[in-house]
Amino acid sequence: MLIKGKVHKLGDDINTDDIISAKYLVSTDAQELGSHCLESIKPNFSKEVSSGDVIVAGKNFGCGSSREHAPLAIKGCGISAVIARSFAGIFFRNSINIGLPFLELQDIDKISEGDQLEIDLSGGIITNLSKGETYKVAAFPEFLQGIVKCGGLMNWISSRKGAD
Amino acid sequence: MGYTIAEKILLVHTDKKSISPGDFIEVKVDLALGNDITAPLAIEQFRKSGARKVFDRKKIVLVPDHFAPAKDLRSANQCKVMADFAREQEIVNYFEVGWMGIEHALLPELGLVMPGDLVIGADSHTCTYGALGSYATGVGSTDLARAFIDGKCWLKVPLTIKFIYKGKCNKWAGGKDLILFTIGKIGVDGALYKAMEFTGEVISRLSMDDRLSMCNMAIEAGARTGIIEPDEITSKYVREVSKCQGVRVSNKFVKLKSDKDASYEKVYEWDVTDLEPQVACPHLPSNVKPVRELKDVKVDQVVIGSCTNGRISDLRIAGKILKGKKIKAGLRLIVIPATQNVYLQAAKEGLAEIFVKAGGVFSTPTCGPCLGGHGGILTEGEVALATTNRNFIGRMGDPKSFVYLSNPAVAASTAIKGRITHPGEIC
Repeated sequence: MLIKGKVHKLGDDINTDDIISAKYLVSTDAQELGSHCLESIKPNFSKEVSSGDVIVAGKNFGCGSSREHAPLAIKGCGISAVIARSFAGIFFRNSINIGLPFLELQDIDKISEGDQLEIDLSGGIITNLSKGETYKVAAFPEFLQGIVKCGGLMNWISSRKGAD
Repeated sequence: MGYTIAEKILLVHTDKKSISPGDFIEVKVDLALGNDITAPLAIEQFRKSGARKVFDRKKIVLVPDHFAPAKDLRSANQCKVMADFAREQEIVNYFEVGWMGIEHALLPELGLVMPGDLVIGADSHTCTYGALGSYATGVGSTDLARAFIDGKCWLKVPLTIKFIYKGKCNKWAGGKDLILFTIGKIGVDGALYKAMEFTGEVISRLSMDDRLSMCNMAIEAGARTGIIEPDEITSKYVREVSKCQGVRVSNKFVKLKSDKDASYEKVYEWDVTDLEPQVACPHLPSNVKPVRELKDVKVDQVVIGSCTNGRISDLRIAGKILKGKKIKAGLRLIVIPATQNVYLQAAKEGLAEIFVKAGGVFSTPTCGPCLGGHGGILTEGEVALATTNRNFIGRMGDPKSFVYLSNPAVAASTAIKGRITHPGEIC
Protein backbone atom coordinates (compact mmCIF):
# COMPACT_ATOMS: atom_id res chain seq x y z
CA MET A 1 0.00 0.00 0.00
CA LEU A 2 1.39 3.37 -1.04
CA ILE A 3 0.51 6.60 0.77
CA LYS A 4 1.38 10.01 -0.63
CA GLY A 5 0.80 13.33 1.11
CA LYS A 6 1.99 16.55 2.69
CA VAL A 7 3.52 16.67 6.20
CA HIS A 8 1.88 18.35 9.20
CA LYS A 9 4.45 18.50 12.01
CA LEU A 10 3.57 18.29 15.69
CA GLY A 11 5.63 18.19 18.91
CA ASP A 12 6.09 15.70 21.76
CA ASP A 13 3.35 14.24 24.00
CA ILE A 14 0.41 15.12 21.75
CA ASN A 15 -2.43 13.78 23.90
CA THR A 16 -5.87 12.51 23.03
CA ASP A 17 -7.49 15.65 24.51
CA ASP A 18 -5.43 17.63 21.96
CA ILE A 19 -6.52 15.29 19.18
CA ILE A 20 -10.21 15.39 20.03
CA SER A 21 -11.58 17.44 22.92
CA ALA A 22 -13.99 15.66 25.29
CA LYS A 23 -16.82 18.00 24.34
CA TYR A 24 -17.02 16.24 20.96
CA LEU A 25 -17.22 12.73 22.42
CA VAL A 26 -20.99 12.73 21.96
CA SER A 27 -20.49 11.40 18.44
CA THR A 28 -19.01 8.23 16.98
CA ASP A 29 -18.97 9.62 13.43
CA ALA A 30 -15.42 9.84 12.01
CA GLN A 31 -16.22 12.75 9.68
CA GLU A 32 -17.76 14.83 12.45
CA LEU A 33 -14.93 14.03 14.88
CA GLY A 34 -12.44 14.78 12.09
CA SER A 35 -13.76 18.30 11.63
CA HIS A 36 -12.55 19.07 15.20
CA CYS A 37 -9.26 17.18 15.02
CA LEU A 38 -6.44 18.92 16.98
CA GLU A 39 -8.66 22.01 17.30
CA SER A 40 -7.43 23.11 20.77
CA ILE A 41 -3.79 23.34 19.72
CA LYS A 42 -4.19 24.04 15.95
CA PRO A 43 -7.58 25.67 15.43
CA ASN A 44 -7.57 25.36 11.61
CA PHE A 45 -5.97 21.92 11.40
CA SER A 46 -8.84 20.03 9.78
CA LYS A 47 -9.23 22.72 7.11
CA GLU A 48 -5.52 22.62 6.27
CA VAL A 49 -5.49 18.86 5.72
CA SER A 50 -5.89 17.45 2.23
CA SER A 51 -6.89 13.83 1.92
CA GLY A 52 -3.79 11.62 2.11
CA ASP A 53 -1.70 13.98 4.28
CA VAL A 54 0.59 12.69 7.01
CA ILE A 55 1.18 13.72 10.64
CA VAL A 56 4.81 13.67 11.81
CA ALA A 57 5.19 14.04 15.58
CA GLY A 58 7.64 13.60 18.45
CA LYS A 59 7.56 11.11 21.30
CA ASN A 60 4.55 9.59 23.12
CA PHE A 61 1.97 10.49 20.47
CA GLY A 62 -1.61 9.82 21.60
CA CYS A 63 -0.95 9.77 25.35
CA GLY A 64 -3.83 10.18 27.78
CA SER A 65 -7.32 8.82 27.41
CA SER A 66 -8.41 5.55 25.80
CA ARG A 67 -10.84 7.34 23.48
CA GLU A 68 -10.81 5.56 20.14
CA HIS A 69 -12.41 8.74 18.88
CA ALA A 70 -8.82 10.08 18.62
CA PRO A 71 -7.55 7.79 15.84
CA LEU A 72 -11.05 8.00 14.30
CA ALA A 73 -10.82 11.82 14.21
CA ILE A 74 -7.37 11.62 12.61
CA LYS A 75 -8.71 9.26 9.95
CA GLY A 76 -11.90 11.30 9.58
CA CYS A 77 -10.10 14.54 8.77
CA GLY A 78 -8.22 12.89 5.91
CA ILE A 79 -4.88 11.98 7.48
CA SER A 80 -3.63 8.75 5.94
CA ALA A 81 -0.79 7.89 8.35
CA VAL A 82 0.96 9.06 11.52
CA ILE A 83 4.74 8.96 11.92
CA ALA A 84 6.14 9.57 15.41
CA ARG A 85 9.18 8.85 17.59
CA SER A 86 6.97 6.74 19.86
CA PHE A 87 3.28 6.08 20.48
CA ALA A 88 1.34 5.80 23.73
CA GLY A 89 0.12 2.27 24.53
CA ILE A 90 -3.64 2.61 24.11
CA PHE A 91 -3.37 4.83 21.03
CA PHE A 92 -1.01 2.22 19.55
CA ARG A 93 -3.52 -0.61 20.02
CA ASN A 94 -6.48 1.49 18.92
CA SER A 95 -4.69 2.37 15.69
CA ILE A 96 -3.88 -1.29 15.03
CA ASN A 97 -7.46 -2.27 15.85
CA ILE A 98 -9.13 0.27 13.55
CA GLY A 99 -6.52 0.16 10.79
CA LEU A 100 -4.96 3.64 11.05
CA PRO A 101 -1.46 3.24 9.57
CA PHE A 102 1.34 4.47 11.86
CA LEU A 103 5.13 4.22 11.81
CA GLU A 104 7.79 4.67 14.48
CA LEU A 105 10.72 6.75 13.23
CA GLN A 106 13.48 8.30 15.36
CA ASP A 107 14.79 10.63 12.61
CA ILE A 108 11.75 12.87 12.48
CA ASP A 109 13.93 16.02 12.61
CA LYS A 110 14.91 15.37 9.00
CA ILE A 111 11.29 15.90 7.93
CA SER A 112 9.90 19.46 7.71
CA GLU A 113 6.42 20.93 7.73
CA GLY A 114 4.98 20.78 4.22
CA ASP A 115 7.39 18.10 2.88
CA GLN A 116 5.84 15.63 0.45
CA LEU A 117 6.20 12.03 1.64
CA GLU A 118 5.59 8.73 -0.06
CA ILE A 119 5.16 5.82 2.32
CA ASP A 120 5.44 2.18 1.32
CA LEU A 121 3.68 0.57 4.29
CA SER A 122 4.47 -3.04 3.50
CA GLY A 123 8.15 -2.31 2.87
CA GLY A 124 8.42 0.13 5.77
CA ILE A 125 10.03 2.77 3.54
CA ILE A 126 9.35 6.48 3.80
CA THR A 127 10.52 8.57 0.84
CA ASN A 128 10.83 12.31 1.38
CA LEU A 129 10.11 13.60 -2.16
CA SER A 130 10.86 17.22 -1.17
CA LYS A 131 14.33 16.39 0.19
CA GLY A 132 15.21 13.34 -1.89
CA GLU A 133 15.80 11.18 1.21
CA THR A 134 14.53 7.79 2.30
CA TYR A 135 14.01 6.49 5.83
CA LYS A 136 13.54 2.85 6.77
CA VAL A 137 11.29 1.80 9.64
CA ALA A 138 11.09 -1.56 11.36
CA ALA A 139 8.21 -3.80 10.30
CA PHE A 140 5.48 -4.63 12.83
CA PRO A 141 5.87 -7.90 14.70
CA GLU A 142 4.16 -10.78 12.90
CA PHE A 143 1.21 -10.91 15.30
CA LEU A 144 0.31 -7.26 14.67
CA GLN A 145 0.84 -7.62 10.92
CA GLY A 146 -1.85 -10.28 10.99
CA ILE A 147 -4.39 -7.80 12.41
CA VAL A 148 -3.25 -4.99 10.12
CA LYS A 149 -3.52 -7.21 7.02
CA CYS A 150 -7.14 -8.02 7.92
CA GLY A 151 -7.88 -4.28 8.13
CA GLY A 152 -8.42 -4.28 11.90
CA LEU A 153 -9.33 -6.37 14.91
CA MET A 154 -12.98 -7.13 14.15
CA ASN A 155 -12.10 -8.51 10.69
CA TRP A 156 -9.21 -10.43 12.21
CA ILE A 157 -11.40 -12.26 14.72
CA SER A 158 -14.03 -13.07 12.12
CA SER A 159 -11.33 -14.37 9.74
CA ARG A 160 -9.99 -16.58 12.54
CA LYS A 161 -13.45 -17.93 13.27
CA GLY A 162 -13.52 -19.20 9.67
CA ALA A 163 -10.10 -20.80 10.14
CA ASP A 164 -11.15 -22.57 13.35
CA MET B 1 14.09 -16.77 35.76
CA GLY B 2 11.07 -15.97 37.93
CA TYR B 3 8.03 -13.88 37.15
CA THR B 4 6.82 -10.50 38.34
CA ILE B 5 3.29 -10.35 39.74
CA ALA B 6 2.07 -8.76 36.49
CA GLU B 7 3.59 -11.60 34.43
CA LYS B 8 2.12 -14.24 36.78
CA ILE B 9 -1.40 -12.88 36.34
CA LEU B 10 -1.02 -12.66 32.57
CA LEU B 11 0.36 -16.21 32.37
CA VAL B 12 -2.60 -17.83 34.14
CA HIS B 13 -4.98 -16.06 31.77
CA THR B 14 -3.35 -17.54 28.66
CA ASP B 15 -3.14 -21.14 27.43
CA LYS B 16 0.67 -20.88 27.33
CA LYS B 17 3.21 -22.62 29.58
CA SER B 18 5.52 -19.62 29.76
CA ILE B 19 5.66 -15.99 28.68
CA SER B 20 8.32 -13.30 28.35
CA PRO B 21 8.19 -9.51 28.04
CA GLY B 22 7.58 -8.53 24.43
CA ASP B 23 5.45 -11.61 23.65
CA PHE B 24 2.06 -11.03 22.06
CA ILE B 25 -0.52 -13.10 23.89
CA GLU B 26 -4.25 -13.65 23.88
CA VAL B 27 -5.78 -13.55 27.34
CA LYS B 28 -9.15 -14.48 28.78
CA VAL B 29 -10.51 -11.52 30.72
CA ASP B 30 -12.31 -11.73 34.08
CA LEU B 31 -14.06 -8.42 33.52
CA ALA B 32 -14.58 -6.06 30.56
CA LEU B 33 -15.64 -2.49 31.35
CA GLY B 34 -17.12 0.35 29.33
CA ASN B 35 -18.64 3.76 30.01
CA ASP B 36 -21.06 6.14 28.28
CA ILE B 37 -18.31 7.48 25.96
CA THR B 38 -16.50 4.29 25.01
CA ALA B 39 -19.26 1.65 25.18
CA PRO B 40 -21.50 3.14 22.44
CA LEU B 41 -18.65 2.79 19.93
CA ALA B 42 -18.04 -0.79 21.13
CA ILE B 43 -21.74 -1.61 20.88
CA GLU B 44 -21.77 -0.25 17.31
CA GLN B 45 -18.84 -2.57 16.44
CA PHE B 46 -20.48 -5.52 18.23
CA ARG B 47 -23.65 -5.09 16.17
CA LYS B 48 -21.73 -4.57 12.92
CA SER B 49 -19.91 -7.87 13.50
CA GLY B 50 -23.22 -9.74 13.42
CA ALA B 51 -22.74 -11.06 16.97
CA ARG B 52 -25.97 -11.62 18.87
CA LYS B 53 -25.02 -12.54 22.43
CA VAL B 54 -22.22 -11.36 24.70
CA PHE B 55 -19.80 -14.05 25.89
CA ASP B 56 -20.83 -13.78 29.55
CA ARG B 57 -23.40 -11.31 30.84
CA LYS B 58 -21.83 -11.44 34.33
CA LYS B 59 -18.35 -10.43 33.18
CA ILE B 60 -19.28 -7.15 31.53
CA VAL B 61 -19.60 -3.91 33.49
CA LEU B 62 -21.26 -0.82 31.99
CA VAL B 63 -21.25 2.46 33.89
CA PRO B 64 -22.75 5.75 32.71
CA ASP B 65 -20.40 8.14 34.53
CA HIS B 66 -18.58 10.53 32.17
CA PHE B 67 -21.44 12.65 30.86
CA ALA B 68 -24.08 11.21 33.23
CA PRO B 69 -26.58 12.16 34.50
CA ALA B 70 -26.90 13.09 30.83
CA LYS B 71 -25.46 16.58 30.34
CA ASP B 72 -27.26 17.22 27.03
CA LEU B 73 -29.34 15.56 24.36
CA ARG B 74 -26.51 13.81 22.56
CA SER B 75 -25.12 12.43 25.82
CA ALA B 76 -28.62 11.20 26.63
CA ASN B 77 -28.59 9.33 23.32
CA GLN B 78 -25.26 7.69 24.18
CA CYS B 79 -26.47 6.72 27.66
CA LYS B 80 -29.58 5.21 26.05
CA VAL B 81 -27.50 3.14 23.60
CA MET B 82 -25.73 1.64 26.59
CA ALA B 83 -28.87 1.17 28.71
CA ASP B 84 -30.70 -0.52 25.81
CA PHE B 85 -27.76 -2.84 25.16
CA ALA B 86 -27.53 -3.72 28.86
CA ARG B 87 -31.25 -4.56 28.94
CA GLU B 88 -31.16 -6.55 25.71
CA GLN B 89 -28.07 -8.55 26.76
CA GLU B 90 -29.24 -8.85 30.39
CA ILE B 91 -25.92 -7.40 31.60
CA VAL B 92 -25.83 -7.98 35.36
CA ASN B 93 -23.47 -5.12 36.17
CA TYR B 94 -25.10 -2.16 34.50
CA PHE B 95 -25.48 0.74 36.92
CA GLU B 96 -28.18 3.32 36.31
CA VAL B 97 -27.50 6.76 37.77
CA GLY B 98 -29.05 5.99 41.15
CA TRP B 99 -26.66 3.07 41.66
CA MET B 100 -23.64 4.38 39.82
CA GLY B 101 -20.41 6.04 40.63
CA ILE B 102 -17.23 6.88 38.80
CA GLU B 103 -16.32 3.47 37.40
CA HIS B 104 -12.88 3.13 39.00
CA ALA B 105 -14.22 4.00 42.43
CA LEU B 106 -17.35 1.91 41.96
CA LEU B 107 -15.87 -1.44 40.89
CA PRO B 108 -13.51 -1.90 43.86
CA GLU B 109 -16.20 -0.67 46.27
CA LEU B 110 -18.63 -3.31 44.98
CA GLY B 111 -16.07 -6.09 45.17
CA LEU B 112 -16.19 -6.60 41.41
CA VAL B 113 -12.40 -6.76 41.11
CA MET B 114 -10.35 -9.23 43.11
CA PRO B 115 -6.61 -9.81 43.44
CA GLY B 116 -5.27 -11.90 40.58
CA ASP B 117 -8.04 -10.83 38.19
CA LEU B 118 -7.35 -9.67 34.66
CA VAL B 119 -9.49 -6.65 33.87
CA ILE B 120 -9.70 -4.66 30.66
CA GLY B 121 -11.60 -1.40 30.49
CA ALA B 122 -12.28 1.01 27.67
CA ASP B 123 -11.01 3.80 29.88
CA SER B 124 -7.38 4.65 30.42
CA HIS B 125 -7.69 4.79 34.23
CA THR B 126 -8.65 1.11 34.41
CA CYS B 127 -5.11 0.64 35.76
CA THR B 128 -6.54 1.80 39.14
CA TYR B 129 -7.41 -1.80 40.10
CA GLY B 130 -3.75 -2.77 40.19
CA ALA B 131 -3.99 -1.48 43.77
CA LEU B 132 -5.89 -4.70 44.55
CA GLY B 133 -3.18 -6.87 43.00
CA SER B 134 -5.00 -7.38 39.72
CA TYR B 135 -3.68 -6.84 36.20
CA ALA B 136 -5.92 -4.05 34.97
CA THR B 137 -5.34 -2.14 31.78
CA GLY B 138 -6.99 0.46 29.58
CA VAL B 139 -7.98 -0.52 26.06
CA GLY B 140 -10.11 0.96 23.26
CA SER B 141 -13.70 0.50 22.16
CA THR B 142 -12.83 -2.08 19.49
CA ASP B 143 -11.00 -4.14 22.11
CA LEU B 144 -14.13 -3.94 24.25
CA ALA B 145 -16.34 -4.99 21.31
CA ARG B 146 -14.11 -7.99 20.74
CA ALA B 147 -14.23 -8.90 24.46
CA PHE B 148 -18.05 -8.65 24.36
CA ILE B 149 -17.95 -11.36 21.67
CA ASP B 150 -15.40 -13.89 22.95
CA GLY B 151 -14.13 -12.62 26.31
CA LYS B 152 -10.59 -12.26 25.00
CA CYS B 153 -8.03 -9.55 24.39
CA TRP B 154 -4.61 -9.36 22.72
CA LEU B 155 -1.82 -7.94 24.85
CA LYS B 156 1.91 -7.46 24.66
CA VAL B 157 3.60 -8.70 27.83
CA PRO B 158 5.14 -5.55 29.30
CA LEU B 159 8.52 -5.18 30.93
CA THR B 160 8.14 -4.25 34.61
CA ILE B 161 9.76 -1.32 36.42
CA LYS B 162 9.99 -1.61 40.20
CA PHE B 163 9.51 1.45 42.41
CA ILE B 164 10.65 1.10 46.02
CA TYR B 165 9.51 3.80 48.46
CA LYS B 166 11.45 3.96 51.73
CA GLY B 167 10.95 6.01 54.88
CA LYS B 168 7.64 7.36 56.13
CA CYS B 169 5.19 9.71 54.40
CA ASN B 170 4.81 13.01 56.21
CA LYS B 171 1.45 14.16 57.57
CA TRP B 172 0.15 15.88 54.44
CA ALA B 173 1.55 13.60 51.75
CA GLY B 174 -0.07 10.35 50.57
CA GLY B 175 -0.64 8.16 47.53
CA LYS B 176 -1.39 11.11 45.24
CA ASP B 177 1.87 12.82 46.18
CA LEU B 178 3.89 9.62 45.73
CA ILE B 179 2.55 9.13 42.20
CA LEU B 180 2.90 12.82 41.23
CA PHE B 181 6.47 12.75 42.54
CA THR B 182 7.15 9.56 40.55
CA ILE B 183 5.71 10.95 37.30
CA GLY B 184 7.70 14.14 37.90
CA LYS B 185 10.87 12.06 38.13
CA ILE B 186 10.33 9.72 35.16
CA GLY B 187 8.15 11.83 32.83
CA VAL B 188 4.88 11.19 31.01
CA ASP B 189 6.50 8.43 28.95
CA GLY B 190 8.86 7.20 31.68
CA ALA B 191 7.03 3.87 31.84
CA LEU B 192 5.80 3.68 28.24
CA TYR B 193 4.33 0.18 27.52
CA LYS B 194 5.62 -0.96 30.95
CA ALA B 195 4.06 -2.27 34.16
CA MET B 196 4.87 -0.18 37.25
CA GLU B 197 5.21 -2.27 40.40
CA PHE B 198 4.97 -0.18 43.58
CA THR B 199 6.61 -1.62 46.67
CA GLY B 200 8.59 -0.84 49.82
CA GLU B 201 7.82 -0.01 53.45
CA VAL B 202 5.83 3.11 52.52
CA ILE B 203 3.51 1.08 50.28
CA SER B 204 3.10 -1.62 52.95
CA ARG B 205 1.65 1.02 55.27
CA LEU B 206 -0.40 2.83 52.62
CA SER B 207 -4.21 2.59 52.87
CA MET B 208 -6.17 0.99 50.03
CA ASP B 209 -7.66 4.36 49.01
CA ASP B 210 -4.15 5.82 48.69
CA ARG B 211 -3.02 2.77 46.72
CA LEU B 212 -5.98 3.20 44.36
CA SER B 213 -5.00 6.88 43.81
CA MET B 214 -1.48 5.84 43.04
CA CYS B 215 -2.22 3.04 40.58
CA ASN B 216 -4.89 5.25 38.97
CA MET B 217 -2.19 7.56 37.62
CA ALA B 218 0.23 4.90 36.32
CA ILE B 219 -1.16 5.69 32.85
CA GLU B 220 0.09 9.28 33.22
CA ALA B 221 3.61 7.86 33.03
CA GLY B 222 2.60 5.85 29.96
CA ALA B 223 2.33 2.54 31.84
CA ARG B 224 0.03 -0.29 30.77
CA THR B 225 -0.70 -0.91 34.44
CA GLY B 226 0.35 -0.04 37.98
CA ILE B 227 0.35 -2.91 40.44
CA ILE B 228 0.84 -3.61 44.16
CA GLU B 229 1.26 -7.10 45.64
CA PRO B 230 -1.77 -8.08 47.73
CA ASP B 231 -1.11 -8.08 51.49
CA GLU B 232 -3.01 -7.78 54.77
CA ILE B 233 -4.42 -4.37 53.78
CA THR B 234 -5.71 -5.87 50.51
CA SER B 235 -7.13 -8.85 52.34
CA LYS B 236 -8.96 -6.66 54.86
CA TYR B 237 -10.31 -4.42 52.08
CA VAL B 238 -11.68 -7.22 49.91
CA ARG B 239 -13.19 -8.97 52.92
CA GLU B 240 -15.00 -5.83 53.98
CA VAL B 241 -16.40 -5.01 50.55
CA SER B 242 -17.33 -8.63 50.05
CA LYS B 243 -19.21 -8.74 53.35
CA CYS B 244 -21.24 -5.69 52.31
CA GLN B 245 -21.96 -7.01 48.84
CA GLY B 246 -22.35 -10.71 49.58
CA VAL B 247 -19.53 -11.59 47.15
CA ARG B 248 -17.53 -14.75 47.73
CA VAL B 249 -13.80 -14.17 48.19
CA SER B 250 -11.21 -16.81 47.55
CA ASN B 251 -7.94 -17.04 49.45
CA LYS B 252 -5.92 -17.93 46.39
CA PHE B 253 -4.32 -14.54 46.15
CA VAL B 254 -2.31 -14.62 49.37
CA LYS B 255 0.65 -16.13 47.55
CA LEU B 256 0.41 -13.73 44.62
CA LYS B 257 3.81 -12.05 44.77
CA SER B 258 6.67 -11.33 42.42
CA ASP B 259 9.34 -14.04 42.49
CA LYS B 260 12.64 -13.17 44.15
CA ASP B 261 14.46 -13.79 40.86
CA ALA B 262 11.91 -11.90 38.74
CA SER B 263 13.41 -9.66 36.13
CA TYR B 264 12.89 -5.89 36.12
CA GLU B 265 13.80 -3.46 33.40
CA LYS B 266 14.75 -0.89 36.01
CA VAL B 267 14.51 -0.37 39.76
CA TYR B 268 13.97 3.05 41.32
CA GLU B 269 14.42 3.52 45.06
CA TRP B 270 13.50 6.71 46.86
CA ASP B 271 13.36 7.79 50.49
CA VAL B 272 10.18 9.88 50.66
CA THR B 273 10.35 10.88 54.33
CA ASP B 274 10.72 14.59 53.54
CA LEU B 275 8.35 14.58 50.58
CA GLU B 276 6.09 17.63 50.65
CA PRO B 277 2.66 17.57 49.00
CA GLN B 278 3.25 17.68 45.24
CA VAL B 279 1.42 19.72 42.61
CA ALA B 280 1.45 19.08 38.84
CA CYS B 281 1.45 22.38 36.95
CA PRO B 282 -0.08 23.03 33.50
CA HIS B 283 -0.02 21.35 31.05
CA LEU B 284 1.44 17.93 31.89
CA PRO B 285 1.11 15.62 34.93
CA SER B 286 4.92 15.41 34.95
CA ASN B 287 5.36 19.14 35.49
CA VAL B 288 5.53 18.61 39.24
CA LYS B 289 6.64 21.02 41.98
CA PRO B 290 6.44 20.97 45.79
CA VAL B 291 3.36 22.90 46.95
CA ARG B 292 5.36 25.64 48.73
CA GLU B 293 6.91 26.79 45.46
CA LEU B 294 3.46 27.65 44.10
CA LYS B 295 2.06 29.81 46.87
CA ASP B 296 1.63 32.81 44.57
CA VAL B 297 -0.67 30.98 42.14
CA LYS B 298 -4.20 32.36 42.45
CA VAL B 299 -7.06 29.97 41.82
CA ASP B 300 -10.63 30.50 40.52
CA GLN B 301 -11.96 26.98 41.06
CA VAL B 302 -11.16 23.98 43.23
CA VAL B 303 -12.47 20.53 42.31
CA ILE B 304 -12.37 17.68 44.82
CA GLY B 305 -13.44 14.38 43.30
CA SER B 306 -12.71 12.01 40.36
CA CYS B 307 -11.55 8.39 40.11
CA THR B 308 -8.24 9.54 41.57
CA ASN B 309 -9.45 11.28 44.75
CA GLY B 310 -13.22 11.15 45.19
CA ARG B 311 -13.36 8.41 47.82
CA ILE B 312 -14.64 8.81 51.37
CA SER B 313 -11.15 9.15 52.87
CA ASP B 314 -10.45 12.00 50.42
CA LEU B 315 -13.65 13.80 51.44
CA ARG B 316 -12.83 13.26 55.13
CA ILE B 317 -9.45 14.96 54.69
CA ALA B 318 -11.07 17.89 52.85
CA GLY B 319 -13.86 18.07 55.47
CA LYS B 320 -11.40 18.19 58.34
CA ILE B 321 -9.68 21.23 56.82
CA LEU B 322 -12.87 23.02 55.74
CA LYS B 323 -14.87 22.44 58.95
CA GLY B 324 -16.16 25.73 60.31
CA LYS B 325 -14.34 27.73 57.63
CA LYS B 326 -15.42 29.70 54.56
CA ILE B 327 -13.80 29.46 51.17
CA LYS B 328 -12.25 32.57 49.61
CA ALA B 329 -14.86 35.00 48.28
CA GLY B 330 -15.24 34.64 44.50
CA LEU B 331 -13.76 31.13 44.38
CA ARG B 332 -15.85 28.13 43.31
CA LEU B 333 -15.44 24.90 45.27
CA ILE B 334 -16.96 21.80 43.64
CA VAL B 335 -16.98 18.58 45.64
CA ILE B 336 -17.98 15.41 43.79
CA PRO B 337 -18.22 12.17 45.75
CA ALA B 338 -17.10 9.34 43.48
CA THR B 339 -20.00 6.96 44.15
CA GLN B 340 -23.51 6.96 45.59
CA ASN B 341 -22.17 5.12 48.67
CA VAL B 342 -19.52 7.79 49.19
CA TYR B 343 -22.25 10.42 48.74
CA LEU B 344 -24.45 8.84 51.43
CA GLN B 345 -21.55 8.31 53.80
CA ALA B 346 -20.41 11.92 53.37
CA ALA B 347 -23.94 13.10 54.14
CA LYS B 348 -24.13 10.83 57.21
CA GLU B 349 -20.81 12.03 58.59
CA GLY B 350 -21.78 15.70 58.16
CA LEU B 351 -19.20 16.28 55.43
CA ALA B 352 -21.79 17.44 52.90
CA GLU B 353 -22.87 20.09 55.39
CA ILE B 354 -19.29 21.22 55.98
CA PHE B 355 -18.72 21.69 52.22
CA VAL B 356 -21.98 23.56 51.62
CA LYS B 357 -21.59 25.78 54.70
CA ALA B 358 -18.04 26.60 53.60
CA GLY B 359 -19.48 27.91 50.33
CA GLY B 360 -18.93 24.89 48.09
CA VAL B 361 -21.28 22.75 46.02
CA PHE B 362 -21.76 19.04 46.66
CA SER B 363 -22.72 17.21 43.48
CA THR B 364 -24.01 13.82 42.42
CA PRO B 365 -21.26 11.36 41.36
CA THR B 366 -19.88 11.97 37.86
CA CYS B 367 -16.56 12.41 36.04
CA GLY B 368 -18.02 15.80 35.06
CA PRO B 369 -15.41 18.57 35.00
CA CYS B 370 -12.36 16.27 35.21
CA LEU B 371 -12.42 15.76 31.45
CA GLY B 372 -14.19 19.01 30.62
CA GLY B 373 -17.55 17.26 30.41
CA HIS B 374 -19.91 19.29 32.57
CA GLY B 375 -20.52 20.72 36.03
CA GLY B 376 -17.50 22.99 36.38
CA ILE B 377 -16.08 23.98 32.98
CA LEU B 378 -13.39 26.68 32.93
CA THR B 379 -13.54 29.73 30.68
CA GLU B 380 -10.59 31.54 29.09
CA GLY B 381 -7.89 32.57 31.53
CA GLU B 382 -9.33 30.72 34.53
CA VAL B 383 -7.20 28.63 36.87
CA ALA B 384 -8.31 25.48 38.65
CA LEU B 385 -6.69 23.28 41.23
CA ALA B 386 -8.17 19.78 41.12
CA THR B 387 -7.64 16.41 42.75
CA THR B 388 -8.08 14.87 39.29
CA ASN B 389 -5.46 13.19 37.11
CA ARG B 390 -4.83 15.24 33.95
CA ASN B 391 -3.99 18.85 33.26
CA PHE B 392 -3.56 18.84 29.48
CA ILE B 393 -4.36 21.96 27.44
CA GLY B 394 -8.13 22.51 27.54
CA ARG B 395 -8.73 19.45 29.70
CA MET B 396 -11.29 21.22 31.93
CA GLY B 397 -12.66 23.64 29.34
CA ASP B 398 -11.18 26.50 27.35
CA PRO B 399 -7.77 25.81 25.72
CA LYS B 400 -6.57 28.99 27.47
CA SER B 401 -7.49 27.78 30.97
CA PHE B 402 -5.06 26.21 33.45
CA VAL B 403 -5.31 23.11 35.65
CA TYR B 404 -3.08 22.21 38.61
CA LEU B 405 -3.30 18.75 40.19
CA SER B 406 -2.94 17.99 43.91
CA ASN B 407 -4.11 15.88 46.83
CA PRO B 408 -7.40 16.70 48.66
CA ALA B 409 -5.71 18.42 51.64
CA VAL B 410 -3.95 20.91 49.36
CA ALA B 411 -7.20 21.39 47.41
CA ALA B 412 -9.25 22.18 50.54
CA SER B 413 -6.57 24.54 51.88
CA THR B 414 -6.36 26.28 48.50
CA ALA B 415 -10.14 26.80 48.50
CA ILE B 416 -9.86 28.69 51.80
CA LYS B 417 -6.94 30.92 50.81
CA GLY B 418 -7.73 31.38 47.12
CA ARG B 419 -4.14 30.57 46.18
CA ILE B 420 -2.23 27.27 46.14
CA THR B 421 -1.72 26.54 49.83
CA HIS B 422 0.15 24.04 51.99
CA PRO B 423 -2.34 22.45 54.45
CA GLY B 424 0.09 23.30 57.27
CA GLU B 425 -0.90 26.96 56.82
CA ILE B 426 -4.50 26.13 57.78
CA CYS B 427 -4.16 23.40 60.40
